[in-house]
Amino acid sequence: MLRCPGVDNLNMIEIDHVTKRYGEKVAVDDLTFTVKPGIVTGFLGPNGAGKSTTMRVILGLDRPTAGSATVNGKPYSELPAPLHDVGALLEARAIHTGRSAYNHLVAMAQTHGIGRSRVQEVIELVGLSEVARKRAGGFSLGMGQRLGIAAAMLGDPATLILDEPANGLDPEGILWIRNLLKGLAAEGRTVFLSSHLMAEMAQTAEHLVVIGRGRLIADTTVAEIVAQASQNAAVIVRTPQAGELRDVLVGDGVTVKSAEREVLEVHGLTSAEVGAAAAAHQIVLHELIPQNASLEEAFMGLTGGAVEYHAGALDPQLVDSIPEAA
Amino acid sequence: MSAVASPQTTPTRVGSPAGRVTQANVLRSEWTKLWSLRSTRWSLLASFIAMAGLGPLVAAVQMSRWNQLHPHDRATYDAINTAVGGYHLAQLAIGVLGVLVITGEYSTGMIRSSMMAVPRRLPVLWAKLLVFAVVTFVLMLIASLISFFAVQAIVTQHHVQHGIGDPGALRTVIGAALFLTVLGAMCVGLGGILRNTAGGIATFVGLLFVLPGISAILPSSVNDSISPYLPLNAATTVASHSFDNSHHLAVWAGFALFCGYTVLAVAGAAVSLRRRDA
Repeated sequence: MLRCPGVDNLNMIEIDHVTKRYGEKVAVDDLTFTVKPGIVTGFLGPNGAGKSTTMRVILGLDRPTAGSATVNGKPYSELPAPLHDVGALLEARAIHTGRSAYNHLVAMAQTHGIGRSRVQEVIELVGLSEVARKRAGGFSLGMGQRLGIAAAMLGDPATLILDEPANGLDPEGILWIRNLLKGLAAEGRTVFLSSHLMAEMAQTAEHLVVIGRGRLIADTTVAEIVAQASQNAAVIVRTPQAGELRDVLVGDGVTVKSAEREVLEVHGLTSAEVGAAAAAHQIVLHELIPQNASLEEAFMGLTGGAVEYHAGALDPQLVDSIPEAA
Repeated sequence: MSAVASPQTTPTRVGSPAGRVTQANVLRSEWTKLWSLRSTRWSLLASFIAMAGLGPLVAAVQMSRWNQLHPHDRATYDAINTAVGGYHLAQLAIGVLGVLVITGEYSTGMIRSSMMAVPRRLPVLWAKLLVFAVVTFVLMLIASLISFFAVQAIVTQHHVQHGIGDPGALRTVIGAALFLTVLGAMCVGLGGILRNTAGGIATFVGLLFVLPGISAILPSSVNDSISPYLPLNAATTVASHSFDNSHHLAVWAGFALFCGYTVLAVAGAAVSLRRRDA
């Protein structure tokens, strides 16, 4: 797969202080990060965070107001055969509705002198053989996504950029995408994948780049975010000796709250530690429930202040409590 | 489609090492794009039928009513102008199609695929222009020749026919195809500047057909001095065997001016394509 070994920025996407303004609106604000080769990197952020814009800048569709984006060390527009370097699936449709899937792929392939046998291959890869000669305008959302993936795979690229590939897919389609991505990653390809769903990311991504309101919030691994999330996890204990247990547990880095009689919410200890402490002091426990903070909650915690559009019905108190984006 | 297609993406090294973006490759791609749309095929067919069929139809009607025609009309009857008269209809189809060649990509989002495949962008514009121009010229030339010979055969009954070797005959027949070709190129340019089908077509119709109307309501001295330079008046000199010299430039001067307008439109499209976000 490696075409020119020795070049250290191979299959790497580098975003260097990219800012993109549309008139007054700043879509991406001084964003810097690197998509590392050979792994799946998730690009996470609420709707309107600037994910699509960043991807459009990488793909040379939008010119950054400031900064630069490079693929394999070059701006996308200077790649001599971009479809062999990068395959991309944009969120918005990029197919003429009047053209058949087959002809669309042939026209794309011809720009790079890619043969029709490869067109046939990618059609089979995404399972569109039966409808390939039909007009793309009549395709369902799922079929459109499959066609987009087929186009991305045409040049057998080492790097894939996929904007919300699971968007609008039915469970079967999501499963298909997930398996496909796992396969692509297993082959050592670089995958840069955006989503606004943390759970979706946890399934596939190894590394995470999180943005909100166009700014970088986190550039970390999934494991780290999970660890962070579980740090704040609580243990719920039901005991008739709530007062005694509280006195036993409270200490350095441990907080205990009580939501109702005989129920304690313990932060800073694992359920095993709580159970051991109770046993040591002969305290009777009726329930001992670890509350794992979900990835979704971790994501909300990260991006809470950076959500572009809040639902109108949000509790005003809640909105006030969300810190402003840094 | 299988429910969970196993991702068989064994990196079959595809695309020869030479598989890079070249102008020739982009031309092939644009050729495929042009012919793989039903709307294109219908528009081209419509313009072909208009160009080949309108002249003979009009000629047949005129011949059947020959004796009722005004003597002046009979004396000045120009069977060559009748033969190329189909361009009046064909120009609409070709112009609209020219606009659509580009705006169709913007309205559907296809432009993003095109620009991702050819990120230097301009090769796409050149390829679109060349493919559309060649297709238009070849089709319109054939249609124009068909119309010419059909019309001459029809008008022989009243002995007003011309031979293709008569002065100006071949120039007019080829000129009609040239005019339609350059018109198509101009509309590709307009489409590229405006990126919007309705806007592109409105501008095309406005520049070619509305301007002469506005000019005509101006004082005649003003009209006389402006009129020859209006796009359509400049353009159609080359596609007319005989015309009123007071409102037209000389044949090739008029056509050259029209080509100049077209170069402006195409240059505008090129700048827009390079500078603006796709």
